[in-house]
Amino acid sequence: MLRAHNLTLTIAGRNLCAGLDAELKPGENWVILGANGSGKTTLLHALAGLRAPDVGQVRLDDADIGGLPPRMRARRVGVLFQEAESEFPATVLETVLTGRYPHLDRWQWEGAQDYRMAEAALEAVGLAGLAQRPLATLSGGERRRVEIAALLAQDAPICLLDEPTNHLDLRHQVQVLELLAGRARRPGHLNVFVLHDVNLAARFGTHALLLFDHGECRHGPLAEMLNRPNLERLYHCPLREIRDGGGVWFLPA
Amino acid sequence: MNRRLLTMLLLLALAPLTLWFALSQGSLDIGTPDMWRALLGARDDATSYMVVHELRLPRALAAFAVGGLLALSGALLQVLLRNPLADPYVLGVSGGAAVAALLSMLGGLGIGWVRGNAFLGAFLSMLIVFGLSRLGSVWTQNRLLLTGVVIAAGWGALISLILALAPATQVQGMLFWLIGDLSYATQPVVALAALLAGLAVALWFARALNLLLRGENTAAALGENPARLRFAIYLVASLLTAMAVTLAGSVGFVGLVIPHILRLLGGSDHRFLLPTCVLLGGSFLTVADTLARSLTAPAQLPVGVITALLGVPVFLYLLVRSR
Repeated sequence: MLRAHNLTLTIAGRNLCAGLDAELKPGENWVILGANGSGKTTLLHALAGLRAPDVGQVRLDDADIGGLPPRMRARRVGVLFQEAESEFPATVLETVLTGRYPHLDRWQWEGAQDYRMAEAALEAVGLAGLAQRPLATLSGGERRRVEIAALLAQDAPICLLDEPTNHLDLRHQVQVLELLAGRARRPGHLNVFVLHDVNLAARFGTHALLLFDHGECRHGPLAEMLNRPNLERLYHCPLREIRDGGGVWFLPA
Repeated sequence: MNRRLLTMLLLLALAPLTLWFALSQGSLDIGTPDMWRALLGARDDATSYMVVHELRLPRALAAFAVGGLLALSGALLQVLLRNPLADPYVLGVSGGAAVAALLSMLGGLGIGWVRGNAFLGAFLSMLIVFGLSRLGSVWTQNRLLLTGVVIAAGWGALISLILALAPATQVQGMLFWLIGDLSYATQPVVALAALLAGLAVALWFARALNLLLRGENTAAALGENPARLRFAIYLVASLLTAMAVTLAGSVGFVGLVIPHILRLLGGSDHRFLLPTCVLLGGSFLTVADTLARSLTAPAQLPVGVITALLGVPVFLYLLVRSR
């Protein structure tokens, strides 16, 4: 469905990933892991078609994603960015409705269906009562969930999410990831998460892509990727592995 | 939605009222029935006809056009620069126009030349700022803003220099131009046409502007082309400003505050904000200009003084009252 073909990304002459070949299929939840500055966000933007690769291609259903008309691409691929920016007053509902943009013609106003989808999205992230509130009166975590609701309203089968759990408390981290990862069970749906929390990755991911130094990247089914040697090399940090029942947890030693 | 509709309807009703107010004020007292007859083209009272059609109506329409142009341009630039403090003059368009206009006055040129050169000056400034801001590697709002502010400061120094060197008899005319003055604005047709065209183009990308509020990345992810969008905004906003300053000099305050007043009243959906900016900006400047020419009649005040004196308390009241 989404395929990286010999994908090479560099920033200021530094290789972030070199010659990446990966096929992301419907039903899968991919997790990109790596140290700060390893290129997770850049890779995510390249997969979204928002950044041209230095070498190679990202293909969406056998078409070069960079060559797709932007609105058509936006109906298939949604992106949650690491940080939201907004300096002007807007209400929660207005913000979520912007997610409907690619589905509407230039002169078309949002209709009942769009409002229903926006309200359902707010309900799903637990903000149903705040629809008319100005964005500025919300807490950081609530604003993060507004961004996620806007992504849900966009209703794109492929979602690329950059640290979706930023600003969220423990309960909402789990709820939001359950909600998003659950969408991959719908036919033709797929998620890619950038995460810092290895244990959340282990819980919600099906596949992992690890970005090591010097452009080396490895990917595969999550169980094969998430082990202590890999993660210690990834984060340059000794880890402890704690087993409890069937689960494994990684903590800094 | 209802509140927005109400605001829109009220503003639609306000616009003709302010024009009527402008027509009814002046040294010649024309009664309501006579005003209607003169307005509809009856020439039986030649004086009333002349006063309405050659003096008051063109000036009122010019004031409306300039107010609308400035408010629309201000709203666009505030989004483009992601800065609530942006106004139509922040990027130096008016500075370029002012230097050209003042030099023309210094050279003793007539009002037609002053206007033409002012437009050229504005256009030149716009090209310089956009060209310079694109030179570096990465385009950012702050880069455009800094380039514009520095160019504007350069124009400001030249303006001070011209004022310092100009003969005393010319300085008052120059000051009126700098503060903003509609005394010579007798041909509103071009400005009104520019206003309508500008509004049409702006409405064409109004929904994309709503995305831009969430940042350029989000706009791109939702299917817009931010680079093309900001070029279009910059071009339209600069041309609107150039048109306004060509007609009336640098009338302050309208372009900064009218968009904020409407955001406080109705939120920041640009499909609502842009047309209401035109209506409120136009109405506001029409009233301000009428006061400017009638408060101290027969002497005229520069309208820029009135816009600020009226606008400051209104805006502060709304700001304090809002959440």
